[in-house]
Amino acid sequence: MTPTRKRRLIAVSLILAAIGIAAALTVLALSRNMSYLFSPSEVLAGKAPDGASFRLGGVVLEHSIKRAPGSLTVDFIVTDRFREMPVQYTGVLPDLFREGQSIIATGQMQDGHFSAREVLAKHDETYMPKEVADAIAKAKAAEAAQHAGNPH
Amino acid sequence: MNPLVLWFHKLGSPPYFYRFAGRWIPWLYTVALVAAAFGFYGALFTAPADYQQGDSFRIMYVHVPCAWMGLFAYLFMAANGFIALVWRIKLSETLAMASAPVGAAFTFITLVTGSLWGKPTWGTWWTWDARLTSELVLLFLYFGVIGLYHAIEDRRQAARAAAFLALVGVVNLPIVHYSVIWWNTLHQGQTVSLIGPSKIAPSMLWPLLTLAFATHIFFFASLFARARVALLELESGKEWVRALLPVTETSHD
Repeated sequence: MTPTRKRRLIAVSLILAAIGIAAALTVLALSRNMSYLFSPSEVLAGKAPDGASFRLGGVVLEHSIKRAPGSLTVDFIVTDRFREMPVQYTGVLPDLFREGQSIIATGQMQDGHFSAREVLAKHDETYMPKEVADAIAKAKAAEAAQHAGNPH
Repeated sequence: MNPLVLWFHKLGSPPYFYRFAGRWIPWLYTVALVAAAFGFYGALFTAPADYQQGDSFRIMYVHVPCAWMGLFAYLFMAANGFIALVWRIKLSETLAMASAPVGAAFTFITLVTGSLWGKPTWGTWWTWDARLTSELVLLFLYFGVIGLYHAIEDRRQAARAAAFLALVGVVNLPIVHYSVIWWNTLHQGQTVSLIGPSKIAPSMLWPLLTLAFATHIFFFASLFARARVALLELESGKEWVRALLPVTETSHD
């Protein structure tokens, strides 16, 4: 390698290393205080901004969805399996919204409950055919039934 | 000299690369087309509907290969940019600049298909989460590289300046890739993994991998075609170009 090329190699590598370190520090700092969403536990611990709008993330608690008749208003509970937060929303819900589904709601706290402006469904990274999902659910149900019917 | 190293050195010469790429382009396009046809057949006909999303999950078969290619093309551009900056190899400058528009197109398709999938699945076209934002930054980086390359008069200086910008932008690649792990995002985590099991049924996975293969081959076919034209332009005064194009003796001030 000629001296000029070596000098260029060192110069470019040094600049890149400096940029890399700067970026790593920025990312590290951001991951500490950049939050896309808050869980119900974090909200109840007072970590969410007070009186301002934020995103609440969690799972829709089973058997908690209550629709007000004659309107689009829905009441449900979002949980992170530790703490629970009642949510109220008026509007059209995404297709994937159902009990046990992860959702992200944008809105703010209003006398003890979370008043959502927008509700998004979070999709997980698992893809499988319906038959497989049904078979898994059936196997789980069968196992549960066996446990229930056989207490010994 | 080792024959492989010798071949690599030869490949760096514009006339040699011009002939080499010309021989390969038809084959690459054919393989890419056949693989894509096969992959789309699997994606649209044989793969079963997803248990939660139904048929809308099929958008993934365009979205995911394009997203991978957006990152791959950027890495390819940056690696060639690095070689161009240190060793001043003309072919590397050309390859780096030729891959920018292809990568930008893939990134653009990723953003559009992701948006189309996001509306029915998430309930929104767009959200400022870490994955979506860093992917948008990737598109802007491509635009920056393309813009800078065309803003400077001298072609070789322009390529080196743009290559430097491309190299700086490499810091965004790990951010795009790991954003779903580092932050709470609306975008789901990684489904297909090189190491460890993938969270997708095999009947749904093979069309995806076939299409990923097809897009890689297409990238090189398209890159070679762009690089050939760029080399002709860059070397327009040289003997080998004149030998190739004897009739077109128009002045090109």
